[in-house]
Amino acid sequence: MSEQKAITTNKLTKKFGDFTAVDEISFEVNKGEIFGFLGANGAGKTTAMRMLCGLSLPTSGEATVAGLNVYKENEKIKRSIGYMSQKFSLYDDLTVKENMRFYGGIYGKSNAFIKQKTAYILDHLHLEKEANVLVKSLPLGWKQKLAFSVAVFHAPEIVFLDEPTGGVDPVTRREFWNMIYVAAAGGTTVFVTTHYMDEAEYCDRVSIMVDGRIDALDTPIRLKEKFNAASMDEVFLKLARKAARAAD
Amino acid sequence: MSSISVKNIIKSYGKKKDKVIALNDISFEVKEGEIFGIIGPDGAGKTSLFRILTTLLLADSGTAIVDGLDVIKEFEKIRKRVGYMPGRFSLYQDLTVKENLDFFATIFNTSIEENYSLIKDIYLQIEPFKDRRAGKLSGGMKQKLALSCALIHRPVVLFLDEPTTGVDAVSRKEFWEMLKGLKAQGITILVSTPYMDEAMLCDNVALLQKGKVLSINTPAGVITDFKYPLMAVKAKGMLPLLEQLKAMETVKDAYPFGEYHHVVIKNEQLVQQVRDTLSNSSLSDLQMKRVEADIEDCFIDLMKEK
Amino acid sequence: MKQFLSFVKKEFFHIFRDKRTLFILLGMPIAQIIIFGFALTNEVKNAKIAILDHSKDASTASLITEIESSRYFEIAESLHSDADIQTAFHKGIVKMVMVLPSNFGNNLKHFNKAQVQLIADASDPNVANQLVNYASAIIRDYQKRITNNRQLPYTINTEIRMLYNPQMKGSYNFVPGVMAMVLLLVCTMMTAITIVKEKETGTMEILLVSPVKPMRIVIAKAIPYLLLSTINIFTILLLSVFVLEVPINGSLILLLAVSILFILVSLSLGLLISAGADTQQTAMFISLIALFLPTVMLSGFMFPIENMPTPLRVVSNIVPAKWYYNIVKTVMIKGLGVTAIWKELLILSGMLMFFLSLAIKKFKIRLA
Repeated sequence: MSEQKAITTNKLTKKFGDFTAVDEISFEVNKGEIFGFLGANGAGKTTAMRMLCGLSLPTSGEATVAGLNVYKENEKIKRSIGYMSQKFSLYDDLTVKENMRFYGGIYGKSNAFIKQKTAYILDHLHLEKEANVLVKSLPLGWKQKLAFSVAVFHAPEIVFLDEPTGGVDPVTRREFWNMIYVAAAGGTTVFVTTHYMDEAEYCDRVSIMVDGRIDALDTPIRLKEKFNAASMDEVFLKLARKAARAAD
Repeated sequence: MSSISVKNIIKSYGKKKDKVIALNDISFEVKEGEIFGIIGPDGAGKTSLFRILTTLLLADSGTAIVDGLDVIKEFEKIRKRVGYMPGRFSLYQDLTVKENLDFFATIFNTSIEENYSLIKDIYLQIEPFKDRRAGKLSGGMKQKLALSCALIHRPVVLFLDEPTTGVDAVSRKEFWEMLKGLKAQGITILVSTPYMDEAMLCDNVALLQKGKVLSINTPAGVITDFKYPLMAVKAKGMLPLLEQLKAMETVKDAYPFGEYHHVVIKNEQLVQQVRDTLSNSSLSDLQMKRVEADIEDCFIDLMKEK
Repeated sequence: MKQFLSFVKKEFFHIFRDKRTLFILLGMPIAQIIIFGFALTNEVKNAKIAILDHSKDASTASLITEIESSRYFEIAESLHSDADIQTAFHKGIVKMVMVLPSNFGNNLKHFNKAQVQLIADASDPNVANQLVNYASAIIRDYQKRITNNRQLPYTINTEIRMLYNPQMKGSYNFVPGVMAMVLLLVCTMMTAITIVKEKETGTMEILLVSPVKPMRIVIAKAIPYLLLSTINIFTILLLSVFVLEVPINGSLILLLAVSILFILVSLSLGLLISAGADTQQTAMFISLIALFLPTVMLSGFMFPIENMPTPLRVVSNIVPAKWYYNIVKTVMIKGLGVTAIWKELLILSGMLMFFLSLAIKKFKIRLA
């Protein structure tokens, strides 16, 4: 059964001193699913995501990512996932092509593979003319689309997206989600955080973290029914307002 | 009387060869005591505009008046009368909440006590953490502290550059509540945001894209300006549905919008035709309804038109 | 005034809360004094030498005792044949071999003439030179002593006196150099960095939009560093007097006054750099390359300026540290007063006016 799951966690916990950042969370993410991971600032999203990416060891509990144990096989995990965040994704002072060359190299892909894939991505994003342009001179929306392409460059099983669309215009934001859909249709599992509540509606299932725990996890439709709300925005507000943890 | 008046502002960066135009002939007026929103994505030119109005940057051409004062000639007077909260977190991370507030109070020749009534509601929320270093606060708390610091000298005009970027939905709601309170105290507020839904909370908005103003209106006015019939559609298999909608002759535009796809139809006469085509196609769990345009629909439409 | 004080208070908070930097700032002069004082000395002390004595008589024995009792030499080996000389050098322990031919004592007594051969390892030419000089001097002294009773016709006796530094200690040279270096690092680099840091974090934006006069921001930033540097000067002076035994021969007040003048020059340079740099990294690199290197190379404390080619000698005149270094040497080591340094004082004051007015002119009241 577990082979069908992209991510499983069981009472996953992370403590910093006597502060419990992530408090016994248990959930599963199916293969090929778009999984929305929501929560207020400081609810513990980033900490949980770091544990799943193999960047930080849990205090207790279990978790597997792509069938790999987060305690013992974190190096293998890093090879089978892609990661993109709003803050850091591409090198501003390298060109579009150089960035792709670099990331392909990191994952040990052959030159032929990198070349072919680069050509495909440039064609797909209509960036052929910008191939030799420094990334910093691209508009933010293009950068984010490019960053996503780079994150899935090595065809990872799971891709983690940390607020990928912050500040992006509404048209590009939708183009970006279109890329997510295409990747998911191709079998890649997408694990995404966002502050745009309309984007929560695009996910297959959504979890909402409050004070280090997962307080709700279901499809957007059923969450709205359950909380008697017209939109995910309302669901989120109803849940997050309960938060006791004001600041951390 | 206008609190802020901007006329034909142009600002560009870089040398001739790779010149980037950040603001391309921008004009607008902000009335005294209103909340005026500059709505636009990253790279629209919002920060350049704010820096010109707060006298930090000189425009290539055009004029700007803030509270009756020219931003170039009378910059020193303006600096005494405005509050500014830049986009990045701009407080001293290694000073505590209290020390930050005290510091900003003294550099504006005032004290926390003097204008306490103005910041009371905001400050009470961060007071439990007053001895904590600012760098250790959560996003929402930092933002409240930054706002308190910007208000400490009771400014006549308040400039807030993307105060809610990267902040969660709850903190954003609270922040806008605070702005309403400040407006009630007579402060003019110019605020920028990339979140379209926040436009509805302003008195007037300017939609900005790539240095150009797409539209200036009340939020309601922006929506009434949207001339096309709009439908929300959903069915099983949203991705193929979107492809199908985009391919339809009668459809001007179609894009995901929350749990539905929004379908912009070319004109009123074609609405029924769209309904029929969709009903007759083999879509399971099809739902469709007429909807009012949202500010985001208007922005997408204006963006694509230009 | 209250505004200004709260600014200074804020700067102190920044400094005290960054414990690591504070530690480096206060520890740096101590580390430098210790490194220069004990590790990087260019004096020759207790150099290991070998003796090949073919004669083995009373005269050679007393000459060898003379050599051994000097603080420059330590006899590591006694050789027995000419072949041993090569081996001794190959082992790399001895730096010089003194060869006393057979019949040394006899020749000296009966012919008034004897030979001594000094063979030195010249792979380090400076050391070889010094060793040979020291040895020759000892031999000359020895010769003078034994010929004292008999008057030789037409002998010129040279009498050498090393003024201000009779023991020829290297520390007399580098203490002023370290002072210049530390002051420059603390004042120039740190002021440049803290100002640029405010630009980087965005706080400069808010400060500029406030009614504070921009110049006040800058002066407030300089004050804590002025204080820190004064502490550093005291540390250096204390260490040099009590640990390195370099005395302060002149007026302490005058020394402090000129140091403050040099600190002001350094601060204004830091300010000038901050106007041109946008990141802390750039600020640091400019400070290091444009100021620190010339200070080390061209102020005269590492390499004598007199030996440099003309272009470098000309360039050394615009290095503020050169003048400060001269002043400190004059006041601290030679013990002279203002009249001896008026030229340097004038030049430093001129530099201060120039850099300060340039920095004020370049300081931006806006962002771009």
